[in-house]
Amino acid sequence: MSVTAPTGAPVVALVGNPNCGKTALFNALTGSRQKVANYPGVTVEKKVGPLTTPAGRTVRIVDLPGTYSLRARSPDEEVTRDIVLGRTQSDVIPDLIVCVADASNLRLALRLVLELKQVGRPVMLSLNMMDIARKRGIEIDIEKLGRELGLPVVSSVAVRRGGTDALLAEIDRRLAAAQAVTGTVWTTPDATALRRAQKEADRILASVVKGQGKPDSLTTRVDAVLLHPVAGLIVLLAILFVMFQAVFAWAEPGMDAIEALFHFLGDLVERLPLPDLLKSFLKDGLIGGVGSVIVFLPQIVILFFFILLLEDLGYMARAAFLMDRIMGGAGLHGRAFIPLLSSFACAIPGVMATRVIDDRRDRLTTILVAPLMTCSARIPVYTLIIGAFIPDRQVWGFVGLQGLVMFGLYTVGIASALAVSFVVKRIIWRGKSGEPFMLELPDYKLPQAKSLAIGLWMRATIFLKRAGTIILSMMILIWVLASFPQPPEGATEPAINYSLAARIGTAIQPLTEPLGFNWQINVALIPGMAAREVAVGSLGTIYAISGGEEATDKIAQTLSSQWSLATALAFLAWYVYAPQCAPTLAVIRRETGGWRWLWVTFFYMLTLAYGAAFLTYRIAVAFGGG
Amino acid sequence: MSSEPTIALGVAPVGFRGRIQAIAAGRVAAGMPAPELERRLIELGFVEGADVEILHQGLFGGDPIAVRVADTTIGLRRREAMAILVSVGAEP
Repeated sequence: MSVTAPTGAPVVALVGNPNCGKTALFNALTGSRQKVANYPGVTVEKKVGPLTTPAGRTVRIVDLPGTYSLRARSPDEEVTRDIVLGRTQSDVIPDLIVCVADASNLRLALRLVLELKQVGRPVMLSLNMMDIARKRGIEIDIEKLGRELGLPVVSSVAVRRGGTDALLAEIDRRLAAAQAVTGTVWTTPDATALRRAQKEADRILASVVKGQGKPDSLTTRVDAVLLHPVAGLIVLLAILFVMFQAVFAWAEPGMDAIEALFHFLGDLVERLPLPDLLKSFLKDGLIGGVGSVIVFLPQIVILFFFILLLEDLGYMARAAFLMDRIMGGAGLHGRAFIPLLSSFACAIPGVMATRVIDDRRDRLTTILVAPLMTCSARIPVYTLIIGAFIPDRQVWGFVGLQGLVMFGLYTVGIASALAVSFVVKRIIWRGKSGEPFMLELPDYKLPQAKSLAIGLWMRATIFLKRAGTIILSMMILIWVLASFPQPPEGATEPAINYSLAARIGTAIQPLTEPLGFNWQINVALIPGMAAREVAVGSLGTIYAISGGEEATDKIAQTLSSQWSLATALAFLAWYVYAPQCAPTLAVIRRETGGWRWLWVTFFYMLTLAYGAAFLTYRIAVAFGGG
Repeated sequence: MSSEPTIALGVAPVGFRGRIQAIAAGRVAAGMPAPELERRLIELGFVEGADVEILHQGLFGGDPIAVRVADTTIGLRRREAMAILVSVGAEP
């Protein structure tokens, strides 16, 4: 990860259609040394990685967002266009463009190559997934293709050892030749030019491909079920259900182990000969606080595992296809499905992934509702409350009640997102017809363990970095607030009642009283602004300091003895909607280019959160849960 | 080839096979200007002479449809598929 190429090193840009295996090739070339800028959505951000060629040259490989044309229609494709044309402010100006094409699906790629040729920079073509093409009976005359295109053409198999040798050798040759940049002659093509280019591509294709390529028979057979109007939707729901059950069941051993580790560390500190205040800081503030967040790493990894797996399999586009009409009814674009599904992991990559939506209105609607999707940062909060208040038993013989409540919370989030987008479409946009849904449904591919591992590693490190920075500093703040000022001599009440935290919590009590929140919750809500999961750690710290020895052990037990069921349910309802995530709001501001949509998001979510928590509390009290 | 009878791909049933005769984006009330729709369709491989087949359709209103065009499968709504005029029968 820390290996970086010098900024002056030559830049090789990978350009290609979506689903051409470009990212797999990028992973094969750069391995885990790649750097993803900030928050990775799948190929949404610009990714750079260093590579040393066989000739010993250090180059920087850039993985650009997939596109069918340089005629950028979305912010995502604009990145590709600007870098390819060298119009970018950054130092990433390609010395060589490698057009990556799926050898079993060349037609659209050849048109893109013809367009890239006009850019005036050195271009070469890499036919990826040659193994799959051969299996399907497609034989490509690579030499002839090179002659027809007037470009160097190599074949590559990203997933096999040595599969990129020919590509690397050719990159060396091209960079050594140091072709001059001849100046861009590319202009935005009109329909006539596109048509001409596609017909030229078709002609070349017909002359270089031997053997009748048949449609991938496996894809055909699988799609007969997965794209079936009824069975397809059932399978989609089943996949989502399994995903969320797995997040709970599979994560448990890992979570238990992490919990045990932090417990052990806490005990260790307890035995050290240190002043009580410092001990409390280390044990309750640092170890307790950070530990209560890191414990959710297994769940986050499992969730991302499913999202990456479905993406790599080629299923995500099918999900968008199946959901298009349903989401269209709610005023959302079928393409919004992928950003919204990413938002289950985190709204930040979700909001960033909306760049694949070209239409501004469709995009804004998606951005507005993305934070309603239950992100992984809510999992800690939900898990804690569910664990404390919902009995761990089976219903209907096989479904865990706790998992079912969790599923319910997810469902409420989804339903709310659909309802909000419906209202936005009717009231703000007044039913203007959105952009068309057009999406390639790629052939299914076996996911590569290495690609999956790299993707998971990236996400895990981002989570841990957050735990080590934002979350850690918030934990320290909370500990300070909860510990100072110290109780006076001869104090009779628990120490925390004299603290700043108690004063702040009590001060906003009138506002949250109708929701059934106590001052401890109020205090936890404040640092939760930085990152939702911090609320759990905060509650842990507050109750640890206030409750003494026996309470530090199990925060869940403490909560179940101190909160009413109605309060717990209201707290859950609050968290379904609460706009409590400063990073998400920041990314909304950046992606929408102004403060306006940030405030719209903040206030509409706050209103919903307050309303939902209020209703939940009142109803639960009415049913005797108070 | 223009003498053959054509229909819009947007009204064709699942299992339909045909060959594209023309892209007539002007006849569709899509959410974007006709020249833009035309260019997008071409970029996804919908050009005159290409063979198409409707593979699947959605549950509600038979929308959207999954269309095989040459070697690629594209999902699109019937409204936009109205711009694709096809002749019946994949073989000339």
